[in-house]
Amino acid sequence: MKQNQKASGQFWANNSQLLIPLIAILLLVIFNLFRDPSFFSVGITTNNNGDPVLQGNLIAILNGASELVILSMGMTLVTAASGGQDISVGALAAIAGSVFVKVLKSGGAISPLTVIGGFVMCCLVAMLFGAFNGSLVSIFNIQPMIATLILFTCGRSIAYWINGGATPTVSSPIISAIGSFIPGIPIPTPILIVILMAVLFALLFRFTTLGLYIQTVGINQGAARLNGINSVGIKLLSFVLLGACCAVAGVISVSRLSLINHETLLINIEMDAILAVAIGGNSLGGGKFRMLGSVIGAYAIQALTITLYAMKVPSTDVKAYKAVVIIILVVIGSPVVKEAFDRFRKNLRGSRPVHTGKEAS
Amino acid sequence: MKKVIAIALVLMLCLSLMPMAFAADDLITVGVINNPPSESGYREANVNDFAAVFTKENGYDASFYYSIKNDEQLSAARQFITDGVDYLLISAAETTGWDAVLKDAQEAGIGVFLFDRMIDCDTDLFEAAVVSDMAKEGETAVNWLLSLELPEYNVIHIQGAMGSDAQLGRTGALDEQFEAGTMKKVVQQTATWDEAEAKKIVESAINSGEAFNVIYAENDGMAKGAVAALDEAGITHGVDKDVVVMGFDCNKWALRELQKGNWNYDGQCSPFQAQVISDMIQVLEEGGEIEGLNDAKQIISVEKGFDAREITEEDILTYGLGEDVA
Repeated sequence: MKQNQKASGQFWANNSQLLIPLIAILLLVIFNLFRDPSFFSVGITTNNNGDPVLQGNLIAILNGASELVILSMGMTLVTAASGGQDISVGALAAIAGSVFVKVLKSGGAISPLTVIGGFVMCCLVAMLFGAFNGSLVSIFNIQPMIATLILFTCGRSIAYWINGGATPTVSSPIISAIGSFIPGIPIPTPILIVILMAVLFALLFRFTTLGLYIQTVGINQGAARLNGINSVGIKLLSFVLLGACCAVAGVISVSRLSLINHETLLINIEMDAILAVAIGGNSLGGGKFRMLGSVIGAYAIQALTITLYAMKVPSTDVKAYKAVVIIILVVIGSPVVKEAFDRFRKNLRGSRPVHTGKEAS
Repeated sequence: MKKVIAIALVLMLCLSLMPMAFAADDLITVGVINNPPSESGYREANVNDFAAVFTKENGYDASFYYSIKNDEQLSAARQFITDGVDYLLISAAETTGWDAVLKDAQEAGIGVFLFDRMIDCDTDLFEAAVVSDMAKEGETAVNWLLSLELPEYNVIHIQGAMGSDAQLGRTGALDEQFEAGTMKKVVQQTATWDEAEAKKIVESAINSGEAFNVIYAENDGMAKGAVAALDEAGITHGVDKDVVVMGFDCNKWALRELQKGNWNYDGQCSPFQAQVISDMIQVLEEGGEIEGLNDAKQIISVEKGFDAREITEEDILTYGLGEDVA
């Protein structure tokens, strides 16, 4: 029993960072259960293609958050390595989506091969833009938010040039399989893609020292360099990885509707992605990071949005309500409150042995 | 030496004036100020329309300037006045701040036409305005919906960016029905023209177990988002199906959805104003008076609403915007 307690204490000591996003999700779950017990019911229906699919608010949250989750994974790396944020992710996803659609439309019929080709192409383009951002930050030492402001401003115009029109549509069973359901698999494909990305990142951190290097560069660039870590290269790499994340998010988003609108595709998502990183307990000043925290943070944001929709909060007020919740979360996660919380916990700990002692005797 | 320079200068002056003299002989010079085509599918069609009508073949020497910023548009207008154009055609980014420039134009004897967007100014300052009546678009759509005589109307209403002309106009007519009680408002949310947001709104309504049979989306993209949510939930939509789908803007791909019977209605917002203005310019050039204006000196574009049961191939080719899909 004591062993167990010790182990769980150890767990929370190691993972205290995850406390805030988990509390956020828990609060939303409890709130929704009181509001409408059927909120989390998941059912199986048949979609208009005649395939059985999962349906319900829970699925909508997991599915709808996919792009945000993927972007917040990349954003975590950039934040940790450079101590700043990339605000061009939405614009870059729009560019990637445009390239994807352009490749699909360039050859006659859409086959699995053209889809793969399109994806590889848009991935390369997005990584190139990521490298552009990264080199401004790492080589020229420009603040990340200023460096990425360039692409934030012009990215959607570039997407428009690539599109050559306002809203090109592209329809094919393969595209709708990526954006909604693969026939026969009742789980939305974007959720599967998120799992795949998570596994890829987990493998990357498991079998390389990249995670450690990113932390080191983020904590002290000079010290990292003296220890033989190429800090310029690490920063650059983190932006390139974020570029790849943008490409995946862009492709999912385009595939959902078989349409690309350069103006609205993943609009304002950069703010949500940065927020997910912050709610996840990561320092926005760089250094130590937990990608899992950002992922949970992203799901919390999406759960909040869906809850507000389900409550029929007037459309114009949604953002204000969201802001209130976010203020609370960010304040709870702030160092000042954390310290007070730690002191409170220590006080509890201090009094606990006395209690257990009495019970034993 | 001085003489040589003087002669050279005079020669240069003459040479530089010659093209202008030739041009002024037969071409009418117009300066067109518009919003950039990247703004929307509507604007793209609008820009193309003006480029297609004001050509050399039609007797015009046209210059175009695009900006989404009012002050840039204003300085472009001043430049056009300095250049001495015959006519100034304006779709203003903002409704205010134009008085001084328009007065300058009037003093310079330049005829001003407004298109697509009105400007807050004295009606003496322009010849005529060719605009859409967004409220009428909404009315046309709602009247069509009423003509279906459904046993009940449970409407999911997806709005555009709040406060925009298109949103106010298209919302107004439907709100009247909600207030009168002839239609029931199941959900009314803005997706700010965002297709993905529209999908989430409809998804949320489905997951909350709301009963609805009409989707009224204020543009085509949002209607497409809504339909994607219906498809995933296995709810049928279109002609003689469970849910009536309505959109606006008449993109070609959207009209193709109508043709297939997947959607029921698409309301037009006409971007074709160039020909009407060109006709009026010809009248002025021949010394005539422009007729058919209302009290605000406007000509309201004729705008249709298309019913999926009646739409023809010709309608799609004539009125559809953007690129066609097979």
